[in-house]
Amino acid sequence: MVWDWIPRNTDLIVRLLGVHTLLALIPVVIGLVIAVPLGWLASRNPGLRSVLIPAASVLYTIPSLAVFIVLPAVLGTQILDPLNVVVALTIYTVALLVRSVSDALAAVPALVVAAATAMGYKPGRRFVSVELPLAVPVLVAGLRVAAVSNISLVSVGALIGVGGLGQLFTEGYQRDFPTEILTGIVLIVALALVVDGLLVLAGRFATPWTRMGVGV
Amino acid sequence: MIEFRGVTKRFADGTVAVDGLDLTVESGRITVFVGPSGCGKTTSLRMINRMIEPTEGTITVDGQDVMAGHPADLRRGIGYVIQQAGLFPHKTIRDNIATVPLLLGWSKQKARDRAEELMGVVGLGPEMAKRYPAQLSGGQQQRVGVARALAADPPVLLMDEPFSAVDPVVRENLQDELLRLQGDLGKTIVFVTHDIDEAVKLGDTVAVFRTGGHLAQYASPAELLARPADDFVDGFVGRDRGYRTLGFLEQDVPLGALSPVRVGGTAAGGWTLVVDAEDRPIGWVSSEGVVEEAAIIPGGTLHHAGSGSLRSALDSALSSPSGQGVAVDDGGRVAGSISADAVLAALAASREAA
Repeated sequence: MVWDWIPRNTDLIVRLLGVHTLLALIPVVIGLVIAVPLGWLASRNPGLRSVLIPAASVLYTIPSLAVFIVLPAVLGTQILDPLNVVVALTIYTVALLVRSVSDALAAVPALVVAAATAMGYKPGRRFVSVELPLAVPVLVAGLRVAAVSNISLVSVGALIGVGGLGQLFTEGYQRDFPTEILTGIVLIVALALVVDGLLVLAGRFATPWTRMGVGV
Repeated sequence: MIEFRGVTKRFADGTVAVDGLDLTVESGRITVFVGPSGCGKTTSLRMINRMIEPTEGTITVDGQDVMAGHPADLRRGIGYVIQQAGLFPHKTIRDNIATVPLLLGWSKQKARDRAEELMGVVGLGPEMAKRYPAQLSGGQQQRVGVARALAADPPVLLMDEPFSAVDPVVRENLQDELLRLQGDLGKTIVFVTHDIDEAVKLGDTVAVFRTGGHLAQYASPAELLARPADDFVDGFVGRDRGYRTLGFLEQDVPLGALSPVRVGGTAAGGWTLVVDAEDRPIGWVSSEGVVEEAAIIPGGTLHHAGSGSLRSALDSALSSPSGQGVAVDDGGRVAGSISADAVLAALAASREAA
């Protein structure tokens, strides 16, 4: 280990960490926005669900490297465009979250939905103020998987030159320099842990009712 | 007033849940729909606020066809208490109750003030306002359900087996509370239950439904118990309807004299009533001599003199170990004794009068 490599390259490391975080998390946000309406449709329509859920599972099995390489041809982007990574990871996020969202919505008690309808909620407002909040715990579980999986997948992008901290791997291997590789691994694990922890906290903040014991 | 005219509900699978229902629910009264499962009572209730839409016929609420306009607007004007309360688990008690006012566009402050006012009306302490439904008991949740239904002061209240999931003691409390509330509010209430005792207790009028969605009888509880329309109603009302009818017959029963003693006093032998320092009955002793606390046998049910219910009078006599019922006044003090014979004589007198 060459410890003093780290302080000498702080700028590079911080920049890569920033890029890595953005490349991993922007797709989580976009994926969530796309997955919520899709999951809602799937939860309401069994026919659609029987198509959407398997399709999402199949999407998730396509190797990421293949997607990174095929996407420029489909999108008309440059091979080195970070957009490729964002689009690819968005696809994975949607594939993961569609099932989460539809399961989460299906788990909202029918009695509560019926009560909301009987109170005079119209479907749109009912979804936003009753069904979606009650789906949050299951949804957060899906988001955690998507976020952590994206953080690990971004590094694959380094093989096509856009990979955030993954670049430390490719460079480290080329230069046979373990310190750089190890730094990359530790930071990726740390990033995953921090993001996961933040999601857990956000989930708890958004669902105060789940922590109230009976009769407190 | 809610009117069903020729209302039929046929589900997609061909089941007929309600078949040609004609019925008028009077304003300001409690009307109970009762019957076995699959009789169409719940379907009929849910057609009033269009949770289920009728296949044929019309339903009007105060002259307005429920099928005119948007169902959400209709529902905001009709209170609904669902089975097992159906509260929103992610909203506080106060926000649960404020649901309909907020949907109607009230300001947040006004809606919350109203919610807190209603918590008092249904007997929930203000400290519950910020709790979540999971922190409340089943009975408390039901009270929240009732408060939520009342929040926007709708003239009509639909109650869909609201008390079926709570234990019998709590259920009885909630029933008494509902009757007390109704005494103040005078809403038009439609109440669905499968429990004939609940129906008879709460209803000003009871509609008995028969399997297949037919109305078997529509009458006051006393009429239902005294003159069931057919064998189905007779069977549904139950074997001891003659006894229960007594609950609707008001006739004063002449009271006999009692010579009660206190603990430490001397009983003359035979059955003697024991009372406390305020003349409230404690129980009976059957032996002669000084009355000791350990020898006291618990008494039967107490009849409130002046309440006029022949049922409670007869029950006090039947449940007493001495065969003599005890009547008490408003302060719980002994007013006199009741014999089963006196109740039967009063019953005969009330028949003569009718």
